[in-house]
Amino acid sequence: MANLIEVENLSRYYGKYCVVNNISFTLAKGEVVGFLGPNGAGKTTTMQMLSGNLAPSSGLIKINGFDLLNAPLKAKRSLGYLPDIPSLYKDLTVQEFLHYCAQLQGITKQAIYPIIDKTVERCSLQTVSKRLIANLSKGFQQRVGIAQAILHNPEVIILDEPTVGLDPIQIKEIRALIKELGKDHGIILSTHILPEVQETCSHVQIINNGKIILNESIFELNRTMTQGCLQVITRTPVDNTILLAIPYVTRIEEIAHNRHNIHYSMKGNPTHQIAETIIAKGWGLEEMTPIKKSMEDIFLALTQVES
Amino acid sequence: MSVTLVIATREFKSLFLSPLAWSILAALQVILGYLFLNQVETFTLIQAKLVGMEGAPGLTDIVVTPLFSNAGIILLLVTPLLTMRLICEERRNKTLSLLLSAPISNSDIIIGKYLGTLGLLLVIVALIALMPLFLLMGGELDNGKFFANFLALNLLVAGFSAVGLFMSTVAGHPTVAAIGSIGILLLLWILDWTNSIKDQRSELFEYLSILRHFQAIQSGQINSMDLCYFVLFIATFLLLSIRYLANERFQK
Repeated sequence: MANLIEVENLSRYYGKYCVVNNISFTLAKGEVVGFLGPNGAGKTTTMQMLSGNLAPSSGLIKINGFDLLNAPLKAKRSLGYLPDIPSLYKDLTVQEFLHYCAQLQGITKQAIYPIIDKTVERCSLQTVSKRLIANLSKGFQQRVGIAQAILHNPEVIILDEPTVGLDPIQIKEIRALIKELGKDHGIILSTHILPEVQETCSHVQIINNGKIILNESIFELNRTMTQGCLQVITRTPVDNTILLAIPYVTRIEEIAHNRHNIHYSMKGNPTHQIAETIIAKGWGLEEMTPIKKSMEDIFLALTQVES
Repeated sequence: MSVTLVIATREFKSLFLSPLAWSILAALQVILGYLFLNQVETFTLIQAKLVGMEGAPGLTDIVVTPLFSNAGIILLLVTPLLTMRLICEERRNKTLSLLLSAPISNSDIIIGKYLGTLGLLLVIVALIALMPLFLLMGGELDNGKFFANFLALNLLVAGFSAVGLFMSTVAGHPTVAAIGSIGILLLLWILDWTNSIKDQRSELFEYLSILRHFQAIQSGQINSMDLCYFVLFIATFLLLSIRYLANERFQK
């Protein structure tokens, strides 16, 4: 499958400050990539570069096979972008605004109204479509922004913090919408809300200080997360085979002499049984510490090591 | 090209969404209407004397030319107010990224914005031209001279709005854009004044002065040199705006 986005060795400097440092990644159709990072990590800068709002200092961006710098019009044709602050003309009504966006995207006259109606329905904007954008609540404005980004059915959709300012019900709706769009588009969304990534994305990229420090599929990541881990220190060596026979224990790794990490599946908790076995066998249990690994932990661990 | 027109239409309509365009239209119409009536009054007073003179100035010279000259000066102050928001406000409201991420080129954006504002200015010029046309009910106009004046004012506002658009692309705040373009335009307007001092004529200044070319066309002599001046003037500022907008992606 052809890659919708190809980014190679992308860098961006603001004066002397390096905001994005030599990042490379790809996005294929059907993937939803969550772009995660603390404030000032370079998320928005990367997205601005991908959307053609900012020229990279060096590196290559290809969108749907077209180089964004050499063939910008062709590349942008397959691009929908929601900036961190939605670009909305506040003195227009929702309907007028979407009509203008459709025209800018070069949608033919006959096709405009059906497309607007479909998008308005998708983003549940029916009740406000005749109102001025300036008079809408922040949540509705955000939805108009999303409507603008998906209006022309682009192959690549870039959403910079799409669920900011939405109420919980709307967040749920938008996440469902993103999931649905992800089936036949390539989506990049940035956020600092971790559960959002777990819920909507197929891949996760963590960026910190301008570098991608983790690029993994959610499936892989969840596997590390649905696994619990216990650190066990004993006085005498343990017999791994006996411990592995305990239900839910999946893996044992020796990290030091008489110090083991026992991995187990989160479906059950074998802690009690492990402790009993070790005592019964007389291995001399000295310490037993649960090692917790949630997405937050991974995130914090990765970002703090870097900084 | 069609996208250019889409942006131009949107810009033209947006101008009328705020009270700005309406109030400018109203104020201009009142001021110029007053000046127009003043000129007509002058003409009726001296009409009797003119009859006996040979080669005396006609109705067009006494009413139309001063009206259009005054309109030129007033529009010099008004055009920057109309153009100041063009790109500047889009940047401040963060709506520029909508245009930048759409499959349109920088020249589409700039020329679209330019044509949109120019549309309103042409409406203003047309409204001004209506006043002397009313004189046809009771008198005769020198059609050639009237057309020359009309053309001169159109070219003048086209030049003004190109400068205004450029300043709006450069400036970070609409007020700065307005002051900047009034400054440039006023300088170009008065550049010619050194010529009143003898022995200090500068041909360069004479050529650069926008007033000189405006008056040349107004007098009824439509010279290709004056037309070229306006075309070059507009093209230069539009190209500078396009270049500046393209550069925006590199700076910040």
